[in-house]
Amino acid sequence: MAVPKRRKSRSNTHSRRSQWKATATTLAPCPNRACRQPKPPHIACHNCGQYDGRQVIAV
Amino acid sequence: MPTPTRGPRLGGSPDHQRLILANLATSLFEHGRITTTVAKAKRLRPLAERLVTFAKRGDLHARRQVMTTIRDKDVVHHLFAEIGPRFSERPGGYTRIVKIGPRKGDNAPMAVIELVEALTVAQEAVGEAERARGSRFARDRRTVAAAPAAEDDTTVAQAADSDDAADAEVDAPVDGEPDMDVEESASDEQAPYGDGSHAALEDGSMPKGFPIKGNENSKLYHVPDSPFYDRTDAEVWFADTDAAETAGFELPPSQQDDDSSAEESAQDTKG
Repeated sequence: MAVPKRRKSRSNTHSRRSQWKATATTLAPCPNRACRQPKPPHIACHNCGQYDGRQVIAV
Repeated sequence: MPTPTRGPRLGGSPDHQRLILANLATSLFEHGRITTTVAKAKRLRPLAERLVTFAKRGDLHARRQVMTTIRDKDVVHHLFAEIGPRFSERPGGYTRIVKIGPRKGDNAPMAVIELVEALTVAQEAVGEAERARGSRFARDRRTVAAAPAAEDDTTVAQAADSDDAADAEVDAPVDGEPDMDVEESASDEQAPYGDGSHAALEDGSMPKGFPIKGNENSKLYHVPDSPFYDRTDAEVWFADTDAAETAGFELPPSQQDDDSSAEESAQDTKG
């Protein structure tokens, strides 16, 4: 089985990990006119509990 | 080659998967609405709909076939006696899956899966009788009955969220609405959108002290001097514009120029 010959330097490790980036969550305003809070699309709103005009979660 | 099963595999073995799906279906028919992961909900849907189809057929053979999946006779009886007839007019599509976002802990995407149709009045009566008898299916009747009440609570909670709206609600009676106090104590049926709203009267006339017309389909409200006022059939009436805004209604887009800035500032304070 192949094994690494040399220890990777901290610099190399950090350079590699500098490309690990977080992406911002997609958010859209809640279509409920009384709410309008940002929420992920296709998911029930956590502020008002509605999805597609229907009460899904108790708030 | 046989067609592979659609969707993700659950559990560790075929037996485990079969039991998971059977237990999910049992819970769904017992409670009418369950919260689970999106993957499980998507696997459950075809199984549950097939079982409802058996229930619609309703004969002894169908019942025995369902009994191979749902081992609980009480649940099978509930399925055949109530859920099947409820869907007699519906050609499939008996369940609804709504995603509710990731779970705390393992970030698993969660969903609510529920039977789509609300209970009719006659079935409610049966539910009342079963509740009196102490059946365990009484519970899901109560939740169905409580659902509209929960929506009213939401409206009130939103009003409390927004300081401006809450102030408006407090100000409204002071502004010379003597009827408000009477209506606040009225039942939820009379005030479908909380304080400051009034359900439509049977003859379509204006409830006293509620001059603003609300259209539930378009979610717009119309003030008495609006050109849309006369041609609108109001589903709900509001005491003032603030009450209508709190309930989530808006002015027609053509009339929003003045109020939009004020409304936006209200929205800012809300967030």
